[in-house]
Order: sequence, then C-alpha cells, then structure tokens
Amino acid sequence: MEDLIEKLKKEVIEQLNLEDISAEDIDADSPLFGEGLGLDSIDALELIVLLEKNYGLKIEDPKDGKKIFHSIRTMADYITEYQRA
Amino acid sequence: MSQSITAYSQIRSSCIKVNGSIEYCDENFITFAEFIKPFFKHLNLGYPKFYKMDPLSKLGFIAAELVFRKINIALYDRNRVGIVLANASSSLDTDLAHQRTIDNRSQYFPSPSVFVYTLPNIMIGEICIRHQLKGENGFLISEKFDSLLLFNYVNELFQHHRVDACLTGWVDLLQERFEALLLFVEPTTKAPAEEPLKVSIPFSAEAMDTLYKIT
Repeated sequence: MEDLIEKLKKEVIEQLNLEDISAEDIDADSPLFGEGLGLDSIDALELIVLLEKNYGLKIEDPKDGKKIFHSIRTMADYITEYQRA
Repeated sequence: MSQSITAYSQIRSSCIKVNGSIEYCDENFITFAEFIKPFFKHLNLGYPKFYKMDPLSKLGFIAAELVFRKINIALYDRNRVGIVLANASSSLDTDLAHQRTIDNRSQYFPSPSVFVYTLPNIMIGEICIRHQLKGENGFLISEKFDSLLLFNYVNELFQHHRVDACLTGWVDLLQERFEALLLFVEPTTKAPAEEPLKVSIPFSAEAMDTLYKIT
C-alpha cells in the first residue's frame, strides 16, 4: 500500500503539473480539494483520466468521485480494492 | 481625446524587454518551456496556476505581468480596462497537443486540462483573472501583425467610451516560434512625469509598427 501511495503521489504531481510540489510535500491523508493541494474541477477530470489510463479504472458513478478522490490514500484504497476483485 | 502607450513589453528572439529595456535574455534554450520557466521563477509571483497554462497563455501572462509592473492598476476602474489581443496561430499549438492525445484509438485519453486551452481567448481569461480586469475584450486573428486592425478596434473602444484604458497587442506562439508585444493604452495626460515608471508614446498604428519591428 505504501509503495502504491508513493507512486500515486508522483503520478498526480506529473499529471496535474504541480511543479513546485514534491512527493514529500503531499500528506497521503490530506484532502486533495479545497484545502490541501487546492485542486480545481479540471484537476478532478485529470484524476479520472489518470485512473483510467494508468490503472484501467473507470468511474461509472460521478457521485463516487468525491469519496475516491478525497485523498491520495482513498485513491490507493480504491485501486487496491479494484485489483483484488 | 488622444491616447498614449504608457507601458509595453516585448518577448522575442530569446529576449524579454519592458519599455524598451532588456529584462532577461537566454540564448541557450531549446524549447519555449525552457525559456519561460526560469524567468517566471525569477519573477517570484507565487502563482502556481501558471504551470497549468498552455504555452500561449504562459507567453501572454508573462508579457502582461511585465506591463502591469509599470502600471499601478489599482488606480483604474478594472471594470473599464479592456484587453484586445491578436495573433496568427490562434490556439493551434494547443490544438495539436490535444490532437496527439486522441490520434491513437487504443490510447484515447484526451486531457481535460489541455482541451480547455483550445481557444486563444482563454489566454485573455488568464490575464483577466490575474489582474481582475473586467472590461471589454476581444481576440483577433490575422495572418501577420496588423497594427491598423488593432489600432482601429482599440480606438473604437475609446471613441465610444467603452474603456478607460486597454491592454492590446500581439501574442503568437506555435511550437518553438513565439513573439509577444503588449501595450498599455490610455488617454494622454498632461503630467506623465508624475508616474516615472511609465512612458508616453502617442498611440497610432505607426507607433505599433515601430515597436513591433524593434522587438
């Protein structure tokens, strides 16, 4: 799980062009939107693309997005759960 | 009432100038990103949104930033500061970037953050957000720098009292070819010496041509 979290941090930084942020700056449990990294709605769409492109995961119900993209850890939980299924 | 150019910035051929003075030069860059990123960091703006912009918006954003370092925009009614820009390549650079994400049907992952920049007037939006400008705006496309087209458009805005001041000029970028000339235009005042950061050049198509040629 910790390896996946570190990998996800790097992927998020690259996908969202977070130039001045390093993986160490991101708390796995901090909210990605609002406070925390302060991501916006376009970033949310980019995260959906990231999950599909890198992990083959499609979010069918938009309502799930709020829970899945709460933090890096919730994203990792979702990927792990999918890979187990 | 006549208008004057009171500040201007120029970016072309590896150099960035403000009011005619060289601000930054780099002869060793290969890509536009390599050229503009160190200068953005040098400005120390604390504006991370810059990194998410497409190259055209980055070029216009920096050119505008330099103009507004010479103008105290707080002294103006931002609802009446217009912005009229033009170029030849529209948003083609980003259109091509978007095309590359959808060329391969088996790797069909269009990027939302690229797609949102597939219009040149998004650059105007980025400048307006940064400087809180809410006046008239327009984006014109012409095959080459057309000073008369820009002059006539901006002059009409002043003649019809639609703006108190206007940022205007040329911001063009396609792959590694880029150039920008931005001018701040406002009614000619009788006491320009009270604002030492400003210049005072009578606003005309000829003046724009002269500045464009020496960019």
